[in-house]
Amino acid sequence: MTKQFDAPQLDDTDRMIIQETQTGLPLTAQPYHDVAARLGLEVALVMARIKAMQASGVIRRIGVVPNHYKLGYRGNGMSVWDIADADIAAVGKTVGALDCVSHCYHRPRQGADWPYNLFAMVHGHNRDEVEAKVAEIAEQLGALQRGYRILFSTRILKKTGLRLTGTGPAAKRSAA
Amino acid sequence: MSGSFAYTAQSAKGALKAAGGVDLDDADRAIINALQGDFPVCDNPWAEVAKALNLEEADIPLRIEKLLSEGVLSRFGPLYHAEQMGGELTLAAMGVPDDRFDDVAELVNAHEEVAHNYERDNDWNMWFVIATDRPGRIAEVISEIENETGLPVHNMPKTEEFFVGLRFEV
Repeated sequence: MTKQFDAPQLDDTDRMIIQETQTGLPLTAQPYHDVAARLGLEVALVMARIKAMQASGVIRRIGVVPNHYKLGYRGNGMSVWDIADADIAAVGKTVGALDCVSHCYHRPRQGADWPYNLFAMVHGHNRDEVEAKVAEIAEQLGALQRGYRILFSTRILKKTGLRLTGTGPAAKRSAA
Repeated sequence: MSGSFAYTAQSAKGALKAAGGVDLDDADRAIINALQGDFPVCDNPWAEVAKALNLEEADIPLRIEKLLSEGVLSRFGPLYHAEQMGGELTLAAMGVPDDRFDDVAELVNAHEEVAHNYERDNDWNMWFVIATDRPGRIAEVISEIENETGLPVHNMPKTEEFFVGLRFEV
């Protein structure tokens, strides 16, 4: 939730666990035992590493992820806001804490064409509802927001899950 | 929310109420509502969940499997934080002329580092996420796409993350 670019150190064991579980846990009687067996590791070690990765933020959470579209959330708009630099941290936290917002980031402005520096994904049952929620956010922010837009997706052109190996530079440091 | 599970990061925030469309019984609902983030890490996690939700232990993974196959759930397991794993991510956008849109989409999507790509109703009508394990690779992918398409790519890596995650209540 806070700014955090110093990735924790991961070793080969962590990377094996990441690769084995990145697409999900087995739906067996003892999921962690089965992950350990597949990797040839002790289950106690696997569970300890998973807990450590939860604590360090490498694992955000473990559980089920509902398909929001199936649950009736068909309106998903990317709202983008022009917020004064001095206000961005406070406004980001406020907007991120709203129930209808799933992702909220500060991103760099792109010159005069794109003054927007706060991005918030807003979910609703349909487009109208998203528009109404964004209008409410605008009203709540008052003079703190200097302009906004909502970009609705009209087509998914590609959607493959992230497949990272945990072998990035920060991760590799520990292997040396 | 249901009592026994202690919600962590997201407990401060409410959940969005689902609105129809899916046919779920009480047990399905209990599982979905309770397990969006606090699946136990222990020898017999289903036993703990069963106790907390007052459900049959063996029944829970079967229900999750069914909900996955029906598409009500999109996954079950750990959600990794890409940057914390040493990965680099960015959000990029392009303004693509309508008559070239499909061709440009094909060129962009051909890069394996492009994880998601959406058409959006804006002058900048193509928005995609680039994810990589290799430092400096994002800049390379962006210049490759610019060279291949002849169009500028607007690179918007996050400066700060305020919130990621959302719970749904069914």
